[in-house]
Amino acid sequence: MIEVQDLVVSRGGNTILDGCSFALQKGGILAVLGRNGIGKTSLLATLVGTVAPDRGTCRIGGRPGYVPQLFNVPFSYSVLDIALMGRAARIGLFGSPGKQDYEAVRRLFALMKISDLEDQTFNTLSGGQRQLVMIAQALASECDLLILDEPCSALDYKNQSVVIDLLYSLCHDHGITIVFTTHMPQHAIEIATDALLINGKAAFIHGPVDAVVTSDNLSALYDVRIAQANFVGSDYFTYMPVLRQDR
Amino acid sequence: MSGVTRRSGASALLLPILSCALVLAMLVSVTIGRFDIRLADVVTILSSKLISMPSATWDGMAETVVMQVRLPRIFAAVLMGFGLSISGAALQGLFRNPLVDPGVIGVTAGAGFGGTLAILLGIGGYGLLVIAFGFGIASVVFVKFLASVGGRTSMLTLVLAGVVISAFFGAAISIAKLLADPFQKLPAITYWLMGSIASVGYADLILLCVAILPATIIIYMLRFQINLMSLGEERAQALGAPVATVRWTVLLATAMISAGVVATSGIIGWVGLVMPHVARAMVGANHGRMMPVCGVLGAIYLLLVDNLARTATTAEIPLGIITALIGVPVFAVILRKLQAGGGWGGD
Repeated sequence: MIEVQDLVVSRGGNTILDGCSFALQKGGILAVLGRNGIGKTSLLATLVGTVAPDRGTCRIGGRPGYVPQLFNVPFSYSVLDIALMGRAARIGLFGSPGKQDYEAVRRLFALMKISDLEDQTFNTLSGGQRQLVMIAQALASECDLLILDEPCSALDYKNQSVVIDLLYSLCHDHGITIVFTTHMPQHAIEIATDALLINGKAAFIHGPVDAVVTSDNLSALYDVRIAQANFVGSDYFTYMPVLRQDR
Repeated sequence: MSGVTRRSGASALLLPILSCALVLAMLVSVTIGRFDIRLADVVTILSSKLISMPSATWDGMAETVVMQVRLPRIFAAVLMGFGLSISGAALQGLFRNPLVDPGVIGVTAGAGFGGTLAILLGIGGYGLLVIAFGFGIASVVFVKFLASVGGRTSMLTLVLAGVVISAFFGAAISIAKLLADPFQKLPAITYWLMGSIASVGYADLILLCVAILPATIIIYMLRFQINLMSLGEERAQALGAPVATVRWTVLLATAMISAGVVATSGIIGWVGLVMPHVARAMVGANHGRMMPVCGVLGAIYLLLVDNLARTATTAEIPLGIITALIGVPVFAVILRKLQAGGGWGGD
């Protein structure tokens, strides 16, 4: 589905990614982890096609749909207006959404159980609801590949769980391949099949999530001790940072 | 409830209601003025132009006032209000900034300088129109040239280039005024720049139609693309919008409208800035629904302003002064509301 070979990406004259390579099978979920400003968003923009790579190849077997980090729109669009914008690629330069575009978006709203939001103003929604609408917008383009930039940042636990659950079911029930960035290793462990750690412009670790997301790799990645934390009474676990250096 | 976009019944009726209000306002406007004409006579005179009415009679003087003086002026106010409001709405969407108006891309100042130059050189009539129009379009080309670095144009550099070009043409206008004969040409330039449609005739109306109608149709056809652009260029591009095509088509179309307005009537500001806010409050932000409402509102507004301009005092008040006097306080209210609401969508 995705094949990235020796990718070199620069923005504003600075090389951000140098020699990035990885692949992702159709129906897989790739979690991308790395510090702030390390180039995660630039990598996603290259996958989506809004940033052209300097060198290397980036092959995507399908249409990507992109969900940016949480943002406000400057005008009071309705939720329906926002989701309909996802149909852009199917609407010509001088066209506007038709009956089938409305039907496609309403089907998605029903699937995602957000039909009741349809007439609300996008900017008045909570962060979690806005994130769901932006995912609906991306899905409205009938994409095969969903690319999300920190879909859970700024969300409370319940909304994180709603978004993570949705991503999992989109992948398993609807066969959509997913790439997302996150700062929480738990998101990767719970739903990702693969992980890519970006530790510098030429330092990448890529592989199956179990092999890559380990406390050693994560500690090196974030430059802070990250320990495995077990859930009492089950064999689930996660990784958590140890924030006080003296422990 | 502010969280709900009013889209159903009421908003579907809004456009027909506003359109009827516009027609009514136009008819009533014909009766307003120092020469007294009754509404019934206006209807008779206008009907007689469309169908033959052998039995009806009316004053020949009244017909001249209606057909030659008031009607062209009313149509001009309606066309200009319509065009300026739609171009303001399109530019605010394009720049994702509700505080933008047609003056921002430099075209108003450019066309203003063109007209000033024409008056200075003693060129009037169509010559003035063509020169103002030419400088208006040229200023957009300059702005494009200044704003494009290595084939890429960001909205920020575009706005800055617009400010620079406006400042340049502002200075050029001052030089022209300095050189002008202070007893004849300087007053002509000053009065023209203030904006007035007192002397609009049918020849000017034709130019207004040519400048405004095709441009507003093109802008309306791009309504969905303008929605996309208001999410930001990168986002629009990721969704599959032909960003560069849309940006330059909208810029040229709005330049066409502004240049046409400035060429016939001088500088009339604030209409394009204020009307989109009123329309958005009525029908929401979707440009497909908002722009037609905005255009009709702008037409009614400028018509009322012009009625005020020609009747408030014995001497005519330039339109640009009244639109500014009304526009500035409204703008201040909008600015404060936007700040209270958490900013206006810069990145």
